[in-house]
Amino acid sequence: MDFTYDDEQVALRDAVRGLVGKAYADFEQRRRTVADDPGFSEKVWAQLAEMGLLGLPFAEEDGGVGAGPVEIGIVAQELGRVLAPEPYLTSVVLAGGLVSAAGTPEQRAEVLGALSAGERVLAFAHDEEGSRWSSAATAVTATRDGDTWTLSGVKEPVPHGARADLLVVSAALPDGGTGLFLVDPAGAERTGYRTYDGGRAARVVLESTPATPLGAPGQDLESTIATVQDIGRIMAGHEALGAMEVALAATTSYLTSRKQFGVTLNTFQALTFRAADMYVSLELAASLVQWATMVLATGDAARTADAAARAALQVSRASRHVGQEAIQLHGGIAMTAEYSVGSFAAHLSALDHLLGDGQFQLSTLAARVADHRALDPLETSVG
Amino acid sequence: MQLELSPEDQAFREEMREFFTTKFPQEIRDAVIAGRELTKEQHVESQQTLNAAGLAVPHWPEEWGGRGWSDLQRHLWTEEMQAAAVPVPLAFNANMIGPVLAQFGSQELKERFLPPTANLDIWWSQGFSEPDAGSDLASLRTTAVRDGDDFVVNGQKTWTTLGQYGDWIFTLVRTDPDVKKQAGISMLLIDMTTPGVEVRPIELIDGGHEVNEVWFTDVRVPADLLVGELNSGWTIAKFLLGNERVGVAPVGTTKRVLAQAKEYAGAQLDDPFTRARFVELENELLALELTALRVVAHSEGAEPHPASSVLKLKGTEIQQAVSELVLDLAGPAGLASGDGSGVPEWARHAAPTYLNLRKASIYGGSNEIQRQIIARTILGL
Ligand SMILES: Cc1cc2nc3c(=O)[nH]c(=O)nc-3n(C[C@H](O)[C@H](O)[C@H](O)COP(=O)(O)OP(=O)(O)OC[C@H]3O[C@@H](n4cnc5c(N)ncnc54)[C@H](O)[C@@H]3O)c2cc1C
Repeated sequence: MDFTYDDEQVALRDAVRGLVGKAYADFEQRRRTVADDPGFSEKVWAQLAEMGLLGLPFAEEDGGVGAGPVEIGIVAQELGRVLAPEPYLTSVVLAGGLVSAAGTPEQRAEVLGALSAGERVLAFAHDEEGSRWSSAATAVTATRDGDTWTLSGVKEPVPHGARADLLVVSAALPDGGTGLFLVDPAGAERTGYRTYDGGRAARVVLESTPATPLGAPGQDLESTIATVQDIGRIMAGHEALGAMEVALAATTSYLTSRKQFGVTLNTFQALTFRAADMYVSLELAASLVQWATMVLATGDAARTADAAARAALQVSRASRHVGQEAIQLHGGIAMTAEYSVGSFAAHLSALDHLLGDGQFQLSTLAARVADHRALDPLETSVG
Repeated sequence: MQLELSPEDQAFREEMREFFTTKFPQEIRDAVIAGRELTKEQHVESQQTLNAAGLAVPHWPEEWGGRGWSDLQRHLWTEEMQAAAVPVPLAFNANMIGPVLAQFGSQELKERFLPPTANLDIWWSQGFSEPDAGSDLASLRTTAVRDGDDFVVNGQKTWTTLGQYGDWIFTLVRTDPDVKKQAGISMLLIDMTTPGVEVRPIELIDGGHEVNEVWFTDVRVPADLLVGELNSGWTIAKFLLGNERVGVAPVGTTKRVLAQAKEYAGAQLDDPFTRARFVELENELLALELTALRVVAHSEGAEPHPASSVLKLKGTEIQQAVSELVLDLAGPAGLASGDGSGVPEWARHAAPTYLNLRKASIYGGSNEIQRQIIARTILGL
């Protein structure tokens, strides 16, 4: 049991912090970057690739680095600290993660190699009308004609769907279950837009669009999607931790500098106690996220699913608490687009709704509450 | 104690409901229901429709268009208006400067300003806050120096809501720098087209432009635009801010949004957690509405009831919680925006609305300041 980073992990953290810290040290720079399409910096994306960060989760034979969840979490957390708009979570962790988990060796080498090199941005096209974080697809359907497959239906919102060079699309299979497909976006109609946290998403309309099955044709990959979503939840948790840390730091620093009634705001105990409560929320969330990351590293999908839900529940509660309080304790200034704190709250909210919010996790966990008597985080298997 | 409304109040309520739901422009109500931002023209049309029916400023003194209603009737008027998705009269006009002029203004000021204020022929902005004078309003620095028949105004106001539409701005200015800070403040009315007035937009986190900075450089303001006595601005401001707090718990609006949210929820209402959240919020809202009724049933005269701080505090918290519920109902679809999206309009507005409503617990006397008022003036702490 060790919750600390080893020397290499510390070095990785410092390197990532150095890179994105420089790119986005100035909040104005981030504002300019998200104002223009594609909503992130292609230059920073290339630098992340150069540092080997885009290939971190993938096997070396697929063109990746073969690092573990702790390292991926470190990257996510550092990106969260500066609200880096690059699509690491959606392109690398989710879309790349699916290709890594389900693709044939050829598909993995081709797609993940290009992703790792920063040559291709991927998007996971999964959300459908009313689908609410399900691991199955129903509205987009796959049709088979001999060896050729086509997809029809609408995916929305697809994070970074307009910029993506390749779509990983989930679809209902003719014989039941949910399959995954690689889709050249040239065959789809895409309408991109800005999301409320400065990101990008798109509506993707597929009409008998040619698609290549990911992995064995016709295979039901719902449980693979669920596992990759769990990994995404844990990594989104890291990103949220980074954002919360900085939102809290901005708040404490504001409380010690902003003067009203002739004194700095930290003179008012009511406010300092609320900052203290934000810290409590953050620390509890950090513990669960780090624990879930270690559970993920064991490779046990059932335990990971449980840990991801628990971490996501805690992070959801903490992100709302920290995001809302950060604005409130700043007062009006935090409502402005020019000041960073509101953007932190907006991004925390977007992360919270990406893969299932607190209530969703609560429902998931509540359905299983009778399965255990007491929780033991050090147990090696669930049940 | 008695539960029912009297037959007169019941009839009054029905009359209000009938007007708001059948005689008011439907497109404006639809825009409010959809959560769309209203245009200036829509605000003006809305208030002029109400004013023509004697429903824009019923709480003003009768000689200036007031109706002499009881506090309960005023409450029913507001609730029915909000329930019908009719935009309430512009607060700066109807609840702030109007009552202030009626109470403190000279006869000339009343005659000149009150009728166009009621009819929104003049759009007022509130110029109180400054960068270093937020919760601590009395530390404001914008100065007005007497020069012949004019005051010369220099300084900067900020957070001026809808200042881009403003024709006139009512300001607090420092007219005596040498006394205790509350004692050297006056209220001045300033025509925003006067040379030296500059309005600069501020972009908010929901992407909208509803607040501004207003800069004053050697702005000459005729001295007869002073409201009340010189250096009596603080008393006037306290009167105004007290009024601001009264209308600030939008129970009717929140009730309407919560009811709409059940439609948005659709099949999600099968989830017991979702149901529980609705029930919790409905109950809190019920408690708030009943508290508002207790307050109006008890309040005598113009002095706001001290418990109005409870209404502001709780009203804004519930309003924010309902916006959070709506955002959660939108779920992953809440990321969608813009015209090219196929996601329903309410879901596209959910996140910007949630972010925008963070302001409700900050302005109009922040919720911390309300707690301070409760602790001090009610609990004697
Ligand atoms: C969207 C928006 C619209 C607005 N519209 C207008 C307008 O039209 N006209 C206008 O004049 N003003 C307007 N305001 C300004 C508003 O009234 C101020 O923002 C408000 O008074 C708070 O001041 P501040 O933002 O400077 O925060 P601060 O006063 O700096 O407060 C920061 C934090 O400290 C807390 N705090 C401050 N003092 C104390 C204390 N003594 N004890 C405990 N906690 C304390 C506050 O509650 C807050 O949480 C608007 C503000 C917003 C956000």
